[in-house]
Amino acid sequence: MRPWLIAAVLVILRATGSMAQEAVAEFKSDTGVPTTQLLVRSTTDIEILAPLLQAFVTATPTIHLQYEQWGSNALYDDSLAACERGAAPADVVFSSGVHQMVDLVNRACAHPYRSAATEALPVSRRWRDEIWGITQEPAVIIYNTALVPEDEAPVSRFALLDLMRQPESAFTGKIATYDVETSGLGFLFAFMDSLEATTFGSLLEGFSRLQAVATCCSAEIIDGVAEGRYLIAYNVLGSYVDARPRRDVGVILPRDYTLFLSRTFMIPKQAAHKREAALLLEFLLSPQGQTMLADVNLFQRIDRDARPLPDSARRVIPIDPKLLVAMDRHRRQLFVEQWRTTFAAEPQD
Amino acid sequence: MVDRSGVAPVTTSLLSRVMVGVLSLLAIGGCVITLAAFAYGRNAARQAYDRLLLGAAQDIAESVDIRSGAPVVDIPVSAFGLLALATDDRIGYAVHGPNGALITGHDRVRQPEPADARSAAPVYFDDTMQGEKARFVTVLRRFTERDFSGTVAVTVGQTLRARQAMAYELTRGAMLVTGLGGIALILSAYLVIRSAMRPLERMAEELIARDPYDLTPMTADGPAEVAVVAHAMNRFMQRLDRQVGAMKNLISDTAHQLRTPVAAIRAQTELALEDAPDQQPQRLERLVRRTRSLGELLDQMLSRALVIHRADNTPPEPMDLRDIALRVIEEQDHEVLAPGVEVELVIGDRAVMVMGDEISLCEAVKNMLANALRHGRAPIQVGVGIEGGDAVIWVGDAGEGPPEEVLSRIGQRFERSAASSGNSAGLGLSIVKSVAGALNGSFRMERGASGFRATLALPLDTSGEQA
Repeated sequence: MRPWLIAAVLVILRATGSMAQEAVAEFKSDTGVPTTQLLVRSTTDIEILAPLLQAFVTATPTIHLQYEQWGSNALYDDSLAACERGAAPADVVFSSGVHQMVDLVNRACAHPYRSAATEALPVSRRWRDEIWGITQEPAVIIYNTALVPEDEAPVSRFALLDLMRQPESAFTGKIATYDVETSGLGFLFAFMDSLEATTFGSLLEGFSRLQAVATCCSAEIIDGVAEGRYLIAYNVLGSYVDARPRRDVGVILPRDYTLFLSRTFMIPKQAAHKREAALLLEFLLSPQGQTMLADVNLFQRIDRDARPLPDSARRVIPIDPKLLVAMDRHRRQLFVEQWRTTFAAEPQD
Repeated sequence: MVDRSGVAPVTTSLLSRVMVGVLSLLAIGGCVITLAAFAYGRNAARQAYDRLLLGAAQDIAESVDIRSGAPVVDIPVSAFGLLALATDDRIGYAVHGPNGALITGHDRVRQPEPADARSAAPVYFDDTMQGEKARFVTVLRRFTERDFSGTVAVTVGQTLRARQAMAYELTRGAMLVTGLGGIALILSAYLVIRSAMRPLERMAEELIARDPYDLTPMTADGPAEVAVVAHAMNRFMQRLDRQVGAMKNLISDTAHQLRTPVAAIRAQTELALEDAPDQQPQRLERLVRRTRSLGELLDQMLSRALVIHRADNTPPEPMDLRDIALRVIEEQDHEVLAPGVEVELVIGDRAVMVMGDEISLCEAVKNMLANALRHGRAPIQVGVGIEGGDAVIWVGDAGEGPPEEVLSRIGQRFERSAASSGNSAGLGLSIVKSVAGALNGSFRMERGASGFRATLALPLDTSGEQA
């Protein structure tokens, strides 16, 4: 039993329906007497972040950290409500829905903070000193190593396209990706793909021909690949794959380009404990925090890879107002329509 | 500079006064330039970022398409890429349909008043975005399709951080250049003013180093202004020198001239005390003559001192020599000297103008007349006229004049013989010579067919005629 599990006083999985959060945990120091309650709302699984949060409250014993795990869309709605309609705000919002977070900042919902650590971040990982990209997680292709020979595994999107063009492919109905309508992260990856390269149209075409499966959740996709229900899954968040190591799952960083997502940290304007929230930010950006993030695979160190990606293939999703396009009603509608046409085979709702 | 003399200068130096003036001019100029630079910077930033806004709005307007009778906006990322050039500014945008209904975008972005919206040109306006000042532009696009007709308004705005930063940057750049220029100006102004002040300083140094009793002329080189000052000071010092010299002469003359007559008077007085009573009236008469002679000598010496003083201190004025002659005769001093002798006046009907001092000239003529009365033979004439381009006033008599050897040395400052004899003729003529010298004229004595004549010639003043 890991020590942080002892510290996690309470974990409620799948909380009651009236609450939007999926799980709750509390962290406090073994020795100190906490004086401040810090409320963190995040899209990251509790199990992944628990060691970091425990280290943080141990280093800062006056803080009693309350962690709520939310879905990204629900977290966005909740934060917007807190900002514009005065609902109870969190002290920290930590989300993988980068475009949603940028939208919140653009709506003046964030509190600015500036320090040597935030200034040291590259420009593509911060905006207005109100939002910071903490992690670095690749969007990867995974495949079932037992059913797909290694030399057949697509190392790039072009290889994947070639693979999908083969007539009467064995991959028909065996390729999975996120459903952009239900997964905020899936939408963001697909949207960035549509901006990055012309391969996106061909990919959609290929998915359509091979009756690819669009599904909602990382866990479902990874389990499906591990169990052989899917042979290949496209645009899966690498950190989730690493967090659930399976024997038969192979991971590929596409060599034409790999998208990197940076989970974003924001202090809401109405937060009650901004100073303590900044302490958590400083901890996450500190060398210790970064090392621990790398340990839980939330910070992919590109340079440590055995086969490093060429520089030109690294595409960090930049935290800037261009992501607002992804939040536009019409643009989103058009994108989703295009997606639906592709996956027409899927039952529509 | 001035301080080492020990004379404490209470007032500030000329250099510091000029520098204060230059500095305040520069300061005022700096303020004006700062304001102008800020206005310019703000304007430049506004224009630059307004174009970005317009570009983004037109980009979005281009992307509006009519699908099944309704406008659909496929927002291009490039539009937001343009706006993202203002790195830290928040963005607001909205696309409104013909009836003002929001098609897509932020519901908080205001559409400008319909009055503004009629024109086809883009409309810029200032508004706020979540309480922060922001700049917006609205671009219209008209559609006339089979299934849709009307105007779609695209409004795009952003906050002002980048504009302010740019205005600040421009202002700072301008300030930096202006500041450096100002410092260069101050330095060069200091050097220029210092070098311009240098002759003054040199003059001050020279004056300080000078012995207070040294009245020799100063070197008058350097710029015109300084030369004028030096020249004026030199003139002043020359006059001072002359007056000091005249005073010295007067004192030594007086001492010299008075010694003999006073000694004679004392001797006569002592003799009178010892004399027998019957000889006393005769002795007293001699004493009276001696005393009167002494009085005349004193008069002469004082009038000479007066003439020399006036020559240096009274500016010459235009005057008619005939008036001088008339005045001398009317005063009738000669009646005292030589009772019964008639003095004839020889003047023409035209004015004889000279630049001169009335009192000095009167003294000179009086002395000439007295000389003629004392030594000459009747008839005595006083005349005024123009001879050889000069104005002359002369006194003539029918006599032979003094002997040749007396004539040659007459008019020198003093003559022992004259003084010792109680006779003041030499002194009188020296007064005439002094007046002639002070007025740029000449004095001559000559023997003619009709007798002896003493002439004072002065430059004719023609300015009055020309005027």
